[in-house]
Amino acid sequence: MVKNFLKKFYIFLVFLFLYAPIIVLIIFSFNNSKSRGHWDGLTLKWYIQLFQDPQILKTIYYTLAVAVLSSLVATIFGTAAALGIDSMTRFRKTVVMNITYLPVLNPDIVTGVSLMLLFVFVNIKLGFISLLLAHITFNIPYVILSVLPKLKQLNKHLYEAALDLGATPFYAFKKVILPEIIPGVITGALLAFTLSVDDFVISFFTTGSGVSNLSIYIYSMARRGINPEINALSTLMFVSVLLLLIVVDRRMSRDKMKGENRA
Amino acid sequence: MKIKWVSYPYLVWMMIFVVVPLLLVIYFSLTITDGGVTKFSLANYEKFFEPIYIKVLLRSIYLALISTVFCLALGYPLAMILASKEMSRKNFLILLFVLPMWMNFLLRTYAWMTLLERKGLINTFLSYINLPPLEILYTNEAVVLGMIYNFLPFMVLPIYSVLRKIDPYVIEAAEDLGANSLTVFLKVIFPLSLPGVVSGITMVFMPAVSTFVISRLLGGGQFTLIGNLIEQQFLTVGDWNFGSALSIVMMILILFSMAAMARYEKDYEGGGLW
Repeated sequence: MVKNFLKKFYIFLVFLFLYAPIIVLIIFSFNNSKSRGHWDGLTLKWYIQLFQDPQILKTIYYTLAVAVLSSLVATIFGTAAALGIDSMTRFRKTVVMNITYLPVLNPDIVTGVSLMLLFVFVNIKLGFISLLLAHITFNIPYVILSVLPKLKQLNKHLYEAALDLGATPFYAFKKVILPEIIPGVITGALLAFTLSVDDFVISFFTTGSGVSNLSIYIYSMARRGINPEINALSTLMFVSVLLLLIVVDRRMSRDKMKGENRA
Repeated sequence: MKIKWVSYPYLVWMMIFVVVPLLLVIYFSLTITDGGVTKFSLANYEKFFEPIYIKVLLRSIYLALISTVFCLALGYPLAMILASKEMSRKNFLILLFVLPMWMNFLLRTYAWMTLLERKGLINTFLSYINLPPLEILYTNEAVVLGMIYNFLPFMVLPIYSVLRKIDPYVIEAAEDLGANSLTVFLKVIFPLSLPGVVSGITMVFMPAVSTFVISRLLGGGQFTLIGNLIEQQFLTVGDWNFGSALSIVMMILILFSMAAMARYEKDYEGGGLW
């Protein structure tokens, strides 16, 4: 009994540690006073200021544009790469997989710095294009790593059977392989999108003046000290993440139920 | 399927954007430019061995180790409680646990700035109950706190998933054979959970030792870890050669500790090289 209580209490303490800072941010995003020490009545003015800030709207645009484009390109490259890697001989596979793991394992700051050197070296102006190229680069490995397990599960003879039955290679890919690996492809694409939205370190080194994503914007604001506008922004981001997770969770449990019904 | 060629665009891409940039870093780290003349030299690495820079490296490793130890001490019991069979609504709790991780990590770090501030909420509360204020913002403690806060889930999740997989009959067998709960933990549960512990340690230590954001925001400007040093060399000092040498040092540090850790991981699925 006591033991059980202690367990629950411990969980409670850890959750308090994890959530207290976020909850404080959310509460103080409605605080009229700029100082954090005291409460000065409810207000929405920080939210209004946030949306009147042309800088932040531009930042959101860049964040989403880079995330959508980079995850799209990375998904195409990554899926193709996974198909190729899967059919390689053992030795080649090892070499290629090591290169694939390199950006995953390397510290972000080294990846960021090395890409910055490349862009400067070949005279690509640091800005939107360099940011996009960098994001595609660190996203592809994650797509490959999500698609490869699905390819491993795939029955190799299905594709050959389709060819024997007269399908062209592309048709066989579209009708036989793709439906089997699509969950992995979608997981990879979503992973790439989230990683891109969330990235700070690599973006920080590979972007130029005028182009910044949300993380860079938050960093430059936080460096100047406490700013209630960031609280408002945090609240909005937290709520959107929460909603997204609830939707995903619902969908997953519904799929699970469907699966059980079918079986 | 014999369709190797579809991966060629990817290989070309990785050559250009992963291999060539790393070669550039190595090249820059091994050269110095003096009066417009570039020549090969080990001067950048020699510079790194000056006491002030070695101290930065040691401090980075030290703070990352402390954070890792704290994460393990806090995270292992949590993982055990979450994995224990009496715990109901496991999936919900896990979801709740990872939820903060989905928020931008700069915002999570920033949240601590507002809490730890001299006139922040914690100090307001402390003065309210007549306790002396806690002045840890812009110190080592705040940096370690920030690391623990950001990386704790990386410790808990791998340990949790390993603990979940332990066959309950193994534990029952140990109990039947007369082991008390401490012996069961020391001789059965802990050894079986080691792969999770190892990957937890790796996943906390790596980002902690290479961070420059947490130290920059919570440690203040005067505070330097190796990540900050690299950032400064590239973005403010402009000494790319020294910055590249530092990057190589960090890369070696990370890849070697990862290789050392990977030996202990049974179901490690990677290339054979690292």
